[in-house]
Amino acid sequence: MGAFLNAMPGVIAQGLIWGILAIGVYITFKVLDFADMTVDGSFSLGGATTVMAILAGFDVSIALLAGVLTAMIAGYVTGILHTIFKIPAILSGILTQLGLYSINMRIMGKSTQAVSVDKYALIVSIRFVNETIVIALIFVAAVIALLYIFFGTEIGSAIRATGCNQNMARAQGINTGRCIRLGLVIGNGLVGLSGGLIAQYQGFSDVNSGRGAIVIGLAAVIIGEVVFGSRHNFAFKLATSVLGAVIYYIVIQIVLQLGLKSDYLKLLSASIVALFMAIPAIQSYWQNGKRMIRRKS
Amino acid sequence: MLEIKNLKKTFNKGTINEKAALTGVSLTLNDGDFCTIIGGNGAGKSTILNAIAGVWPVDSGSIVLNGHDITWLPEHKRAKYIGRVFQDPMMGTAATMQIDENLALAARRGQSRFLKPGTTEAERTHYVDLLRSLDLGLEDRLTSKVGLLSGGQRQAITLLMASLKKPDLLLLDEHTAALDPKTAKKVLDLSDLIIQENQLTALMVTHNMKDAIAHGNRLIMMSDGNIIYDVSGEEKENLQVTDLLHKFEEAGSSDAVNDRLVLN
Ligand SMILES: Nc1ncnc2c1ncn2[C@@H]1O[C@H](COP(=O)(O)OP(=O)(O)OP(=O)(O)O)[C@@H](O)[C@H]1O
Ligand SMILES: [Mg+2]
Repeated sequence: MGAFLNAMPGVIAQGLIWGILAIGVYITFKVLDFADMTVDGSFSLGGATTVMAILAGFDVSIALLAGVLTAMIAGYVTGILHTIFKIPAILSGILTQLGLYSINMRIMGKSTQAVSVDKYALIVSIRFVNETIVIALIFVAAVIALLYIFFGTEIGSAIRATGCNQNMARAQGINTGRCIRLGLVIGNGLVGLSGGLIAQYQGFSDVNSGRGAIVIGLAAVIIGEVVFGSRHNFAFKLATSVLGAVIYYIVIQIVLQLGLKSDYLKLLSASIVALFMAIPAIQSYWQNGKRMIRRKS
Repeated sequence: MLEIKNLKKTFNKGTINEKAALTGVSLTLNDGDFCTIIGGNGAGKSTILNAIAGVWPVDSGSIVLNGHDITWLPEHKRAKYIGRVFQDPMMGTAATMQIDENLALAARRGQSRFLKPGTTEAERTHYVDLLRSLDLGLEDRLTSKVGLLSGGQRQAITLLMASLKKPDLLLLDEHTAALDPKTAKKVLDLSDLIIQENQLTALMVTHNMKDAIAHGNRLIMMSDGNIIYDVSGEEKENLQVTDLLHKFEEAGSSDAVNDRLVLN
């Protein structure tokens, strides 16, 4: 129990930073209705760009901004593949993600690159966990406030309409292709921000750091909905996704403490997401009774 | 004025599912014309409306609306000139957005969208008045999600959205077919009212011959991807359902008379 409590601040810091990724996933998955597989690649890309820019001597905040921008470009590429070249959404994201592996390797020159908090004025670091929590909270609050305002504007409303009903959106003169691209740019920008902060927090960037990031993002969004309910306003929904990420990392910490081998973590994450996403279907089978199940099979 | 010339569209060209859905349709509507369209299943009624709205590109022909050649304009660009209500009440509104947000999206049809507020306070007061005029009790539900409304309420709102910014052309594709008779009548009356008040040019597809006769100043009948009968003015006013049945028989086409045609 003592060890668990000692680990808590670090777990919360990590959860909050991943919470920014969860907000990005909320934008693409929930608002845009786009299962965006780019995320795994753009998370690593954000980290790789940020770390290499820092090592190249750029100011840390400029480096982080560069991480956000490159991740935005990755989202834009997926958007082009889907909206202009009509490649299915999932495949568009997978193609970008796969391509990004090579690009991330090229950016870093090798599979991991360390960045020391002793040599650079990093924004967050595992060495200063309490400060990291405060800074992460500031980032989260700023992101939520900006998105809340943005999605209330004409352009933001157009993106929401596109995610809800493309037919209706086009009938109202909305360029749905452009809205999808813009939504992917915003979502991946947030993912890149999360990746750039995590790399600083851990003190290194890793080409594999984004593997399964989309699943963690989805888990956070779903946990947030299940725990806090979904009948809230937009800002609150974004906040619950961040809390979902924190809860996710607390749960992971608990099962690790209980002795689960870390090799099994990805299986655990995948199972959590699969289970929660299956709940609506399971409920409807339950309600429609066994006859329905028999007819379906 | 709407001028359609020799419009052709074949689906699934070169496959066994090839279907010539429009076989050279020409049609001219004058400003203020309210034209009803009848015809059997698969006659091409929805196809002509979709061609005008730009859901997919046509094969050949031209569509000119008030002097603008819109034949090759993408769907979202011609939306500037066209208001639409669909058969499926789910299709015309964004279910997860509020009533006022849906209306505000429609109020900006054809305009560039910026980082300005998506809905303003002045707009909301205006919307409350409009909703009150519908007499469906929606004036108190401005911030309700549209997904919570009934099919009839959604169609009424879609109608409002289609006319909020006066369109050069209103397209109604069996927009009352999914509603119960009482609600259908209400939405149809509302359509009449909106078309009259705003002096809109409109095309309305219906399966109900009586409705087709009772509404509008012009009626066209489609069969096998073309117009086979076109009446207006006094001749249309004196039209009887039996006359239409005759026409269907004359046409003698496979899709002319079938179960979905409502006779009374
Ligand atoms: N998107 C499409 N792809 C392939 N075929 C289509 C498409 N849209 C329409 N068709 C075909 O074109 C023909 C005309 O269809 P349309 O929807 O215009 O008929 P309709 O007159 O509206 O009939 P209904 O009364 O059933 O609505 C039909 O044979 C239909 O199957
Ligand atoms: Mg039809």
